[in-house]
Amino acid sequence: MSNYPASFRYTKEHEWVLVEGDTGTVGITDHAQSELGDIVYVDLPQVGSTMAQGETFGSVESVKAVSDLYAPVSGDVTAINDALAKAPEKLNSDPHGEAWLVKVKLTHPDEIQHLLSAEEYQSYIEG
Amino acid sequence: MAAASTLRQTPLFARHLALGAKTIDFGGWDMPVQYTSILEEHKAVRERVGLFDVSHMGEIEIEGPEALALVNYVTTNDAGKLKDGQAQYSALLYPHGGFVDDILVHRVNERHYFLCVNASNQEKDFAHIVENSLDAHGRERFQAKVTFVSADYAQIAVQGPRALELVQELCEAPLADIRYYHFVDGTVAGLSARIARTGYTGEDGFELYVKPADSPALWDLLLGKGKAYGILPCGLGARNTLRLESAYPLYGHEIDASIFPPEAGLNWIVKQAKGDFVGRDQVVEKLEEGVWRKLAGFEMVGRGIARDGYPVLADGTAAGWVTSGGPSPTLGRNIGLCYLPVEIAEEGRKIEIQIRNQPVEARVVKTPFYKREKP
Repeated sequence: MSNYPASFRYTKEHEWVLVEGDTGTVGITDHAQSELGDIVYVDLPQVGSTMAQGETFGSVESVKAVSDLYAPVSGDVTAINDALAKAPEKLNSDPHGEAWLVKVKLTHPDEIQHLLSAEEYQSYIEG
Repeated sequence: MAAASTLRQTPLFARHLALGAKTIDFGGWDMPVQYTSILEEHKAVRERVGLFDVSHMGEIEIEGPEALALVNYVTTNDAGKLKDGQAQYSALLYPHGGFVDDILVHRVNERHYFLCVNASNQEKDFAHIVENSLDAHGRERFQAKVTFVSADYAQIAVQGPRALELVQELCEAPLADIRYYHFVDGTVAGLSARIARTGYTGEDGFELYVKPADSPALWDLLLGKGKAYGILPCGLGARNTLRLESAYPLYGHEIDASIFPPEAGLNWIVKQAKGDFVGRDQVVEKLEEGVWRKLAGFEMVGRGIARDGYPVLADGTAAGWVTSGGPSPTLGRNIGLCYLPVEIAEEGRKIEIQIRNQPVEARVVKTPFYKREKP
């Protein structure tokens, strides 16, 4: 069973963000990894770059297809998950935990209000 | 894209759903793309055995005293070289020399040929063959009957180094006696089947043509008996990575109406000496003049995965396009096929693949990317 943490906020493009203070941790959802299948490559932005809500900030590729990553929030990238370059398959096994993608310093914290709650996301993907 | 309700299903569709397959619209068919993992399914076929539902493929029969003459007139290879129980890879061409489809021609006997064609092309192929069997006045040129028989057949492919042992468990006939690209009409688990030693994975294996109503029972038996061999049901995702490693063309990617056989590296299935066939004049002209582009294999040097349709650059200039690309699970490298000007399509040549507006280095390599070691 998929388990969508209540502390996360979600996009209809299947990213999640966990906001703690002024930092947001961003990843893809379990539903996204399941739809993509075996993930073999992750393209992430550089530390120091900026991302804007709704804009693409990278991509993930599975054996069969490439899929854009859309920023759930705007911010300055403060960290990227380097481990994914060597072990992209972690996105299949632990998308809500160990396989986070980037951390950002939020520039527009209010944006989070436009995102889906865990409950809303779950009914969106089941709809 | 067609709405879900209008997609065609094979007689094994309920099996796929029960196995938890993800399905996709493949040329109008609702087909399994993967059951668990493309990588695991790919590996099962390379190392053990995999089971594929390929019932979406089309079948056409050509029968009559002049069946051979008609087959040879509409296809490029020489069906006159076939013996009973032998199959050959061939193609249907338009009069201008481009591909209608690539196909398998099976000789049942001298008056009976059985064609296996691509799913999404089957109606077009049938119409093409019928049209070319008639003269300008709509009269039959050959004493041969062309019949569209796709609805009479389901097709299950059993592929991998353990395929022979597995299928043999369900067969009395000694399968090791069936040579590659040969077939017998017999029974598997008591069900009538055309048992062909053919495939689209680069491994040894069989393609079993059975009655649609018999196919679920055969599927279940193969999966059940196959457990001891480490069998996995495999979807179109693994079928694609397997055929790409073997550099087998896929209609709509490496070949289509705009591509001529010499460009696709398929001169070997064009037999001019057999006499006239649809598209012959144009292909012979291309062979004599030489073609300006050809299909080439490449592997990525820089980080990135090439995908179908990505532009290819040589020395910073547009040079061609990727026809198929992706990761090679067996080699652990990112590979692809592309069309390039002949002078650039040389082994070792540095090229660049335009990946999402970023040129990434690649180099031309020889194909196939993977070839199994024959015992």
